[in-house]
Amino acid sequence: MTATRNTKGILGTKLGMTQVWDENNLLVPVTVVQADSNVITQLRNAEVDGYVAIQIGYGQIDPRKVTKPLAGHFEKAGVTPRRHVVELRTADADTYSLGQELSVEIFEAGQKVDVVGTSKGKGFAGVMKRHGFHGAPASHGAHKNHRKPGSIGGASTPGRVFKGMRMAGRMGAERVTTMNLTVHGVDAEKSLLLIKGAVPGARGSVVLVRTAVKGA
Amino acid sequence: MHILDSVDAASLRSDIPAFRAGDTLNVHVNIIEGSRSRVQVFKGFVLGRQGDGIRETFTVRKISFGVGVERTFPVHSPVLDKIEVVTKGDVRRAKLYYMRNLRGKAAKIKEKRDNVPAK
Repeated sequence: MTATRNTKGILGTKLGMTQVWDENNLLVPVTVVQADSNVITQLRNAEVDGYVAIQIGYGQIDPRKVTKPLAGHFEKAGVTPRRHVVELRTADADTYSLGQELSVEIFEAGQKVDVVGTSKGKGFAGVMKRHGFHGAPASHGAHKNHRKPGSIGGASTPGRVFKGMRMAGRMGAERVTTMNLTVHGVDAEKSLLLIKGAVPGARGSVVLVRTAVKGA
Repeated sequence: MHILDSVDAASLRSDIPAFRAGDTLNVHVNIIEGSRSRVQVFKGFVLGRQGDGIRETFTVRKISFGVGVERTFPVHSPVLDKIEVVTKGDVRRAKLYYMRNLRGKAAKIKEKRDNVPAK
C-alpha cells in the first residue's frame, strides 16, 4: 500500500473557539489552533520501511524525561526532543528534509482540512446519550424505564445476545476526525490557524490538522 | 477565554461610545444592496447589553407605527457605521424587559441629566 496523494499536515494545540467577521461582514465561528515548533523527525521510504511517509514531532518535553532510544531517534534528526510524534503518509515525502521546521504557512485561507483529535470523555453513559436511543415515554404508565434501552434480543432462539449490541458504557475520549473544515485564516507570526467550525477535543488538547482527504 | 484575547483584539472596535440600558441611541447601520451601500438609522432606547468581549451584543427597541420593533447588534460589528448617544436614561435596571409591557406615557424613560448641582 503506497500513498499516492500529497498530504500536508501539522500538529497543534486547540486553544478554544471565538468568532470573527469575514469580508462580507458575516460572523464566522472559528476554532483557534496553535501549531508552532513542528519538525520533521524521520522520513520513511519504500526501500527501507516499505511505505512512504513523514514523521512530525511537536511539543515541548523535559529532555530528562525522554528515554534513551527516543533521545537517539531525535538526535538522528538533529532536533530537540518533542512530546508528540505522528506519521503522515504522503507521496512527496522526499521533498522534505530531516529536521526541517513546519509552519502554519503550509495552509492557506479557504483551504479544506481535516482535523483529528481526541474527543472529550463522557464517562459511563447510558444508551440515550451514547447511541441516541429514544428511551421510554415520560408518562402514560411508564414505570422506572424512562431512559432504558428496552429489549436487547429474543428468548431461547437465539438464546444469546448478539455481538455488537449497543448498550451503555464508556463514551468519548476516542480518536475523532472532523472532515472538510475550512481554514478561515492563518497567522504565521503567532503560529495560529483559524479553522471554521468546531474541532474534536477539549481546550489544550493536541490535534492534527491535515489537508482534506475527501471532497472536492 | 483570556488565551484568545490577542485573536479577538483584531476585531474589537475602539470607536464605540459608552452607553448603557435606557440610553437613546441613533444606530447607523451600513446596508449593502447589490453593489450600492447606504446607511440606515435605527433610533430607539437600549433594552440591555448582553455578553462580554467580542461577543457582546446590545438590543435597541423602538415603536414603529404602533408596533414594537427590537434589533440586536453585536457591539463590535463592522456593520455599524457609528453609534450616537442622543440622551442618557435614568433607569435602575440593567435589562429593561419591563418596558415591553408598558404603553404610552408609562413607557417613557426619564432623562438623566449630568452635572446637576447636588441638592
